[in-house]
Amino acid sequence: MSRVLVGVKRVIDYAVKIRVKPDNSGVVTDGVKHSMNPFCEIAVEEAVRLKEKKFISEVVAVSCGPAQATETIRTALAMGCDRGIHVEVSGKDYESLGPLQVSKIFAALAKKEEASLVILGKQAIDDDCNQTGQMTAALLDWPQGTFASEVEITGDKVKVVREIDGGLETIKINMPAVLTADLRLNTPRYATLPNIMKAKKKKIANVKPADLGVDIVSRACRGTEWDTVGSLYEQWRSRSEHGALVF
Amino acid sequence: MFPAGRYSIKAQRCMRVLRTVQAEHALPQLYACRQNGSSAVTPRITSHYTICPRDKDSRWEGVEMERFADEADVVIVGGGPAGLSAAIRLKQLANEQEKELRVCLVEKASQIGAHTLSGACLEPSALSELFPDWKERGAPMNTPVTEDVFSILTKKHRIPVPMLPGLPMNNHGNYIVRLGHFVRWLGEQAEELGVEIYPGYAAAEVLFHEDGSVKGIATNDVGIAKDGSPKDVFERGMELHAKVTLFGEGCHGHLAKQLYKQFNLRENCEPQTYAIGLKELWVIDENKWRAGRIEHSVGWPLNRNTYGGSFLYHLNEGEPLVALGFVIGLDYTNPYLSPFREFQQWKHHPFISKTLEGGTRIAYGARALNEGGYQSLPKVTFPGGVLIGCSPGFMNVPKIKGTHTAMKSGMLAAEAIFPKVTAEDLASETIGLHVPEYEESLKKSWIWKELYAVRNIRPSFHNYFGLYGGMLYTGVFYWMCRGKEPWTLKHAGLDSDQLKPAKECTPIEYPKPDGKLSFDLLSSVALSGTNHEGDQPPHLTLKDDSVPVAHNLAIYDGPEQRFCPAGVYEYVPLETGEGMRLQINAQNCVHCKTCDIKDPSQNINWVVPEGSGGPAYNGM
Repeated sequence: MSRVLVGVKRVIDYAVKIRVKPDNSGVVTDGVKHSMNPFCEIAVEEAVRLKEKKFISEVVAVSCGPAQATETIRTALAMGCDRGIHVEVSGKDYESLGPLQVSKIFAALAKKEEASLVILGKQAIDDDCNQTGQMTAALLDWPQGTFASEVEITGDKVKVVREIDGGLETIKINMPAVLTADLRLNTPRYATLPNIMKAKKKKIANVKPADLGVDIVSRACRGTEWDTVGSLYEQWRSRSEHGALVF
Repeated sequence: MFPAGRYSIKAQRCMRVLRTVQAEHALPQLYACRQNGSSAVTPRITSHYTICPRDKDSRWEGVEMERFADEADVVIVGGGPAGLSAAIRLKQLANEQEKELRVCLVEKASQIGAHTLSGACLEPSALSELFPDWKERGAPMNTPVTEDVFSILTKKHRIPVPMLPGLPMNNHGNYIVRLGHFVRWLGEQAEELGVEIYPGYAAAEVLFHEDGSVKGIATNDVGIAKDGSPKDVFERGMELHAKVTLFGEGCHGHLAKQLYKQFNLRENCEPQTYAIGLKELWVIDENKWRAGRIEHSVGWPLNRNTYGGSFLYHLNEGEPLVALGFVIGLDYTNPYLSPFREFQQWKHHPFISKTLEGGTRIAYGARALNEGGYQSLPKVTFPGGVLIGCSPGFMNVPKIKGTHTAMKSGMLAAEAIFPKVTAEDLASETIGLHVPEYEESLKKSWIWKELYAVRNIRPSFHNYFGLYGGMLYTGVFYWMCRGKEPWTLKHAGLDSDQLKPAKECTPIEYPKPDGKLSFDLLSSVALSGTNHEGDQPPHLTLKDDSVPVAHNLAIYDGPEQRFCPAGVYEYVPLETGEGMRLQINAQNCVHCKTCDIKDPSQNINWVVPEGSGGPAYNGM
């Protein structure tokens, strides 16, 4: 049968007051309470429910980050996932890890694990990017059902009810597909102590992005400032080739 | 003003009716109807199953209440210095003697150290016994004490008091630590040794064998809605059975409270007396930072009859950080006193504000602490379990240090329990092991000597001269005689009995917070990072919902709205217009336990909320 990849992100707990580091290089994370991104919890719950309804056979929880990310995977395992994959990214690499790099990792894993569904949270509460699911689908050239508030599988098609600005939109997409979970999709179950104890015996594989053939170097360039629109236009004209902007 | 006198007579009639109706247990939704004969309906506040039993509640019919159970050799409740030291010592002994030992530790905070709050100035004696190589292991002890300053504050001035060696407050050789980080480090050492640590799971219930000995604990149920009904995600807690259970819940633990009654552990000691400690962390101007400096003060803003004082420690952890706070004895008599606002006011004293000016506050928290010392030590062993740490209360009050004694008590418990738990033939009278050897080893240890020597200092404050009488006593008897005087002074009794009625006291006018040095309560609570799942029964349970308005508000003007450092209790007008009701904002709770201690009607019973809830302290 089919396999589902679920992405879980370890983020600073929503109730904690964040503090900017004295050197303004980022946010203080050392010792701060972290927990699983709430939308990722909803994604895990949906995947586990699909498994319980026997639409899929295996749920694999994936997290990208430093060593502590395994705690988040452990919680996902306690909620019912079968095994975990920890993609180890730490230090400076982790600070610059963004949706583009994460989606490349997920795309590579989805192909490697032959997943028929990738379920992610719609966004993370620390960066609010709302990009990883969409980018992953684009890299895999798979259909996407984002902001899902209802998911129904029939055969090899998925009916997704999406929460959009205008209301609710229902779409039917083919599997394999990428889904992102919105708030009203379900109420996640608790990770109870007996399940945490059982989860200690489940496997978490450790891989590096390089093992998956993914280059996570961030190429975000610094912007430049111009005084007037005229000077911007001049720069643009002088650098364009065949009408395309080249920097 | 509302008619206090007329109210209480009607309320008393209600309570008489309630007592007769009590046998016939009404369903929770009809609770409000019980109040026949009262002019005001008390809205229902408490829905927790410890007050409203589920076996008589129709909403719980058919719900699976069976619990999963697991066996360990030793179960430890509480991941603080005592619990972790006990766990580490047990595993050290097991590894030395090559014996198998399963040690499980449950902690209600989401991570080890998240509910830990203390000054703190650590005496490394117990740590050196536990880990002689603590420095190589990277213990976060980065700030040796370099200077020690004691002052008596008046409104504008400061009287320096010399710190003579031999005085209990002298700190030479000690370290200023961020106890949360220290506890986190202890947790890492424990896990390396093989202790199973489960943060995020609170021990909610003590389990008993048929012979009355302790069988273990059960963790909290999850998925109960605010009105007490089961949600879809409801799941029972888990039972952890053990040969011996160690209870290290810290000051005024809620399971310990039950155990005192169950096993009559307090029949030969004085009631415990407490203080509330409020603390903040500030990043200050580099030029004002003097790492290793300790400042203590007494006096302003407290009057001479209210026990309390302040601390301000300069940490050496990279950035110019100071830990500061205020401690007030919970035997204070004026119901208008607000420990939080006294603390905020104190920061404006010129001697303090000169350090804080230009700085930023980055953390806030509060916790009750023990002040009873030697006189209030209960029996600490009972069939199936023992009490360790601040739960029975080994704090050395004049030194204001309890961590080293808590750690030592955990270690002594481990050393007493280990041979019994690993013995091949367990010839025990009770199914749960009784380990009276622990109490004997405590009495022979330096904890006992230390507590005995300082036993008279705290109670010496109960005299007409209050603070000054106490300081005189300390100077004469402790400094000269080291506590060898043949008498033992008594405490004043239960803290909850000390409040005078509001009409006999003067309301205190506190200055408004200025937003730079002093702050309002709610922004402070936000800094503690505290949160709880909103849809659960409030864990501040009331034995009788009508008592707060009828008694606390009527006689004492609702002291809980002032002593709670998190703004949990508020008296708000009833929607119907007439009268007031108590609103419990359980989500704000920082688990300090002050309400359970100081409530004059002893009506509030703090129980543990769903695990992971509570403050998110980082290195407090």
